[in-house]
Amino acid sequence: MKRGIARFILYLLLIAAAAFYLMPVYVLLATGFKSFQEVNLATMWKLPSGIYLDNFIAAFEKLAPNMRNSLSLTVAATILSSILGSLNGYVLSKWKFRGADFLFTALLFGMFIPYQSILIPLVRFMQTIHLYGKLWGLVLTHVIYGIPITTLIFRNYYAGVPTEMVEAARIDGAGLLGVYWHVMLPLAIPSFVVVMIWQFTSIWNEFLFAVTLTGPQYWPVTVALQNLAGSQIVEWNVQMAGAFLAALPTLLVYIFLGRFFLRGLMAGALKG
Amino acid sequence: MRIRKERLLAITLISPSVLAIAIFVYGFILWTARASVSAWKGLLPDYTFVGFSNFIDLFRSPRFQIDLRNTGIFTVLFLAACLSIGLLLAVLLDQRPRGEGLFRNIYLFPMAISFIVTGVVWRWLLNPATSIERLSGLNLLFHQVGLDFLISKWYTHPTLGIVAIVIPATWQMSGFTMALYLAGLRSIPDELREAARVDGASEWQIYHHIILPMLKPVTLSAVIILGHISLKIFDLVIAITQEGGKGYSADVPALNMWYTAFRALRFGQGAAIAIIILLTVAVLVVPYLIYTFRTEAEQ
Repeated sequence: MKRGIARFILYLLLIAAAAFYLMPVYVLLATGFKSFQEVNLATMWKLPSGIYLDNFIAAFEKLAPNMRNSLSLTVAATILSSILGSLNGYVLSKWKFRGADFLFTALLFGMFIPYQSILIPLVRFMQTIHLYGKLWGLVLTHVIYGIPITTLIFRNYYAGVPTEMVEAARIDGAGLLGVYWHVMLPLAIPSFVVVMIWQFTSIWNEFLFAVTLTGPQYWPVTVALQNLAGSQIVEWNVQMAGAFLAALPTLLVYIFLGRFFLRGLMAGALKG
Repeated sequence: MRIRKERLLAITLISPSVLAIAIFVYGFILWTARASVSAWKGLLPDYTFVGFSNFIDLFRSPRFQIDLRNTGIFTVLFLAACLSIGLLLAVLLDQRPRGEGLFRNIYLFPMAISFIVTGVVWRWLLNPATSIERLSGLNLLFHQVGLDFLISKWYTHPTLGIVAIVIPATWQMSGFTMALYLAGLRSIPDELREAARVDGASEWQIYHHIILPMLKPVTLSAVIILGHISLKIFDLVIAITQEGGKGYSADVPALNMWYTAFRALRFGQGAAIAIIILLTVAVLVVPYLIYTFRTEAEQ
């Protein structure tokens, strides 16, 4: 009997918490699927009378170019930073030279800085190399500031690969790159998945670098969405639908590749 | 011979990354520090040395005083909310209820989306209109269910505006805290609990005397991660308030820094704010890093 009450309270609390996390999703979808005529702040909490796509179509028309920018940005920066991180992690775990641990610590420090502290020089730098305002400047930025976290994840992974495997390959005549290519890389596929999902999610969702470094033509979707929300002209229902579109890619990654996402989260736990 | 050549290759492989971090992290921080003691206003840099006058002006400005107060309030409440909700949910899920995976996924999904998306949605939930005919968002919900006393000006409240930002921030990050605690709970061997049960300890005693003390390292990392986020929070505040609320009611240093540097073009002053943010984060993170590396070295 006592156990029954305890279980009841347990489920009550779990469901109440779930309601809290899902409440914004409810408002987002209930608003998104209303027709233009139905939309009214006073009926915000009511279900739509049917499924209308007006809001999503209007939002998509506004945000499609920015979704494309985000996609190019994210794919390019994710691939480049994963490759860099994998090479760094390999060298720093299996080819330790004097000072390798110090270098690793010095690299890691880059994860912990608030980016405000490098933002002004970064803008000046991008202006000097004529990448200010452009998408490639943002790609470069994400690749560079992604080095610490990608290196960390790969180094921790490679550190777990038995050194005997490296030595065996070396006896067979493989050099530094040979060992990487034939031994480490095939083993590291799961790490690549973790790192790429982590980078994809962080870069897609990033705002500070994007809003500071890109011009309107190259705005990723986060900047464009914030701009929609700040304008007095765009209706709030279209903003809601736009928020849904901007969240969709990373949400899909979370739904379908959740366990890899979680592993990246735990590895990046220190990053915040 | 071969080894020496390969060592050279190894160093060559990581040197671009090392060089990049040396310049873009360490070099740029020094550059920002230099700018923070300069007279730089306007598009063209001006490195005329002005001493600490940017910092002095900053601490004298009412806006920055509000920022510091807001960051303090935000950090304390955000940490308290995330840690308590996260721990509670983790303990609940640790009872292995039916649908555990589903609940966990629901609690954690906000982690996968951008603070901007969160901000855009919560901006409407926290709509500050308080006159009955213009109510919307949570205020409207409160009115409709008869809880009118909860109706609030949210982020435009003159003294408590920043507290409203804690709600969406907690919505986004408490699930993550839950995941940290749950991983910690699951790493505690079952034998330990069994042994305590055999000795006649109640479930509550087991949590109080055995499990919670073992979760201290998790709490420490959670404090570092969440504190790190709260000291530099920017996206969420700009998405909800645009310019910091009413009379900077929800303004924070990162927002002030961005508008000061990139809108008002007062780069010297902006750099000074950036250095202060960096120092506050360092006060939090550096002792933790030293502690972590020391324990690692000891092992």
